[in-house]
Amino acid sequence: MTATQIMFYIFAAMIAVFSVLAVTSRRILRAATFLLFVLVSTSGLYFMLNYEFLAAVQLTLYVGGIVVLIIFSILLTSHINQKFEPVKTSKIIYGVIAALSGLVLCLTTILQYEFKAGDLAAKEVNMQVIGKSLLNYGDSGYALPFEVISILLLAAMIAAIVIAKRNKKNSTTDNNK
Amino acid sequence: MNTGIPIQYFLIVSTFMFFAGIFGFITRKNLITILMSVELILNSVNINFVVFNNYLFPGQLQGHFFALFIIAVAAAEAAVAIAIIINIYRHFNTIDIEDVDEMKF
Repeated sequence: MTATQIMFYIFAAMIAVFSVLAVTSRRILRAATFLLFVLVSTSGLYFMLNYEFLAAVQLTLYVGGIVVLIIFSILLTSHINQKFEPVKTSKIIYGVIAALSGLVLCLTTILQYEFKAGDLAAKEVNMQVIGKSLLNYGDSGYALPFEVISILLLAAMIAAIVIAKRNKKNSTTDNNK
Repeated sequence: MNTGIPIQYFLIVSTFMFFAGIFGFITRKNLITILMSVELILNSVNINFVVFNNYLFPGQLQGHFFALFIIAVAAAEAAVAIAIIINIYRHFNTIDIEDVDEMKF
């Protein structure tokens, strides 16, 4: 067994264990921490596949951005020591049935299908290639989605500010609550 | 890319993560934990894109760039969702979905 394989098994085990813990933990802050571990192991998988830039983006945006945002909103909206009530058994049964049936269906499909590996030489993904493709509007260029994403991010930023801003008319009634 | 690991192993891991997210989405009651389940689902789809790109079409980069754009969309979605959740908390003083059952109009 090579070092890569051992690394893959470690990451896979971490993802499997922590993703289940993230959706079943009854303390919300712990669930957020387990989600953080899942995202870090995923970026480890990207590093294994030699996509360093994508792994770095995963670390900075997901782990540094989204999880921190989630943790801040947890601190704003719930008590740290609050423990969820146990979920209803019927709900757990429905969830397990939905998840297991989907899992079995997908796994049988994946294991039956014979993937044909590409025979081309792997393209090296360095910063030069990424930058040139992102701003290239010709063949294998991604200028349009890049610009659309920039507009989406601007719209999301404005929307987040407008939605979360306290309405001045209602602020007095809010304080009385 | 010859890493010595069959492509199916990666797909099994991402499928497991996807359905863990589905399970959380069904059973959770807190809005933030539901958002976390959605993040799990998005992340597992991302793994699929990257692995298909790396194993089946190593000469191209479509999967890589789509994964990048999905990460950006997920960030935007999380920002707006958390703004909405905070607004709901201000209005109802809770973010449990069973207590949030009234719309504004």
